[in-house]
This record gives sequence, structure tokens and C-alpha cells, in this order.
Amino acid sequence: MITITHYMAVSAILFSIGTIGVLTRRNAIVIFMCVELMLNAVNLTFIALSSHLGNMDGQVFVFFIMTVAAAEAAVGLALMIAFFRNGDSVDVEDFSLLKW
Amino acid sequence: MEILQLLFFYLVAFVTIVSGLCVVLCKNPINSAISLVMTFFCLAIFYVTLHAPFMAAIQIMVYAGAIMVLIIFVMMLLNQGAEVVARCRHAVVGAVVAAGIMMLQVLVTLKHGDVSGVVGPVNSAMIEEVGHTELIGQALFTDFLFPFEIASILLLVAIVGAVVLAKREV
Repeated sequence: MITITHYMAVSAILFSIGTIGVLTRRNAIVIFMCVELMLNAVNLTFIALSSHLGNMDGQVFVFFIMTVAAAEAAVGLALMIAFFRNGDSVDVEDFSLLKW
Repeated sequence: MEILQLLFFYLVAFVTIVSGLCVVLCKNPINSAISLVMTFFCLAIFYVTLHAPFMAAIQIMVYAGAIMVLIIFVMMLLNQGAEVVARCRHAVVGAVVAAGIMMLQVLVTLKHGDVSGVVGPVNSAMIEEVGHTELIGQALFTDFLFPFEIASILLLVAIVGAVVLAKREV
């Protein structure tokens, strides 16, 4: 029998993998993809709980999370293009203009 | 039948987690992106098994379609090679410890807690009868009408912001 706990465990593992990626990788685009992975782990939790509790609200929230993720992708990738044009790199260690 | 369902779940979960690990571990960003597409497809399978077919369709169209095409397009545009290997090992160790603690917390909470609450009216029979898309639409245009309108403004701002940020200086 597949219970809600199974889905939550998969979601927790995916979220942790995403966290490791954000903290260890240095290519800004890969960090961005790891953030998408974490967002998707949260989406899985929302849909699993929505299905478990028989309530539609969680799935509407996932809808809004996808909207925000799409907006974030557009603005984030435009920022990366602007960064690359300035310094020929998307390595996060080169983003140190504000370092004192 | 029951055991078959469980086996299918474990297979999909295994592929999800392995491709998730590939996203983090692959040196070449393109390979990470392809693994991420695989993860998105596996999550769509999970959504179907959770009686949410509309969400599965949206997952494939928006994430595996639109967002990944955008990411891969930018990667090709910037034309960069594989990442140099991480110089500092303590960052990797710290990240693994942080993520491990977080996962342990979630798993312990899951083991000792019970997910319960007010159970709503929606079940699989109702989804079969009314249709999942219609149920989502009803919720979206009645209870969540104001957030829906705000989302349209958010998308407009994102479009304008992306154009302004990425355009060449004139």
C-alpha cells in the first residue's frame, strides 16, 4: 500500500539533493536548476497532501508556484545574460562586485 | 495488484532520485539539464498516480517544455564548458551535513507524526465524474480569483523585466 509517507519521503530526499546542489555548485545556471528541483519537491508535497486530504487548495497553490517559477526563470536567466556580458563568466565566485 | 503498484512506485522513485543526483553531480551543465527533464517527467508520473492529471500535463508543458527550453537556450548562448572541480572540500562536507540534518528532521517528523486534518469532499470518484481540470478551474475562479489576477500582473512584470535586463545597451 502506497501511503502519503512514501511521497513525503521522496519529496524530502529530492529537496535535500537540491540543497546540496545549491550549496556546492558554482555555475549560476546549475544553481538555478537545483532551485527548480527544490521547488518541484515542494510541489510534490503539496499535491500528495492535497490528494490525501481531499482538498483542491493545495493543487491551486502548485499552479501559482509554477507561475512564479516561470517568472523567476525569465528574470533569472536575463540576469545571467547581463552578468555574462559584463564579465564573461557565470561562476558565482566572480559575482563579487559588492564585496567590501 | 497491490504489490505491482508498490513496485511501480519504487521504480519511479528510484529513477527520480538518481536523475536528481545526476543534476547535482554532472560536471557538464547540459547533462544536468537533461537529468532535470527526466526528474520532471518522473514527478509528472507521481502526479498521475495521485489523481491529478491536469497538474501532470502542466508539469510537462511548463517545466519540461518551457522552462527547460529557456535554460538550455541560455546555456547554448553563453557557450561555456564544463565546470572546474570544486576547490574547497569543506563546502561540500558542510552542504552534505546541512542537507542530511534537514532530511533527518523531515523523516523523523514523518515517522512520529500523523498527517490528518479536515478531510475535504474531493476524492478519486469525484475527480473521475466532474473532471480534474474543472475542479481546478472552479477553485481558481472562485476562492482564488484575487491571487489569479495578481499572478497575471506578476507575469507582465517578469516579461518587461526580462526584456529590459537582457537587451543590449542602446
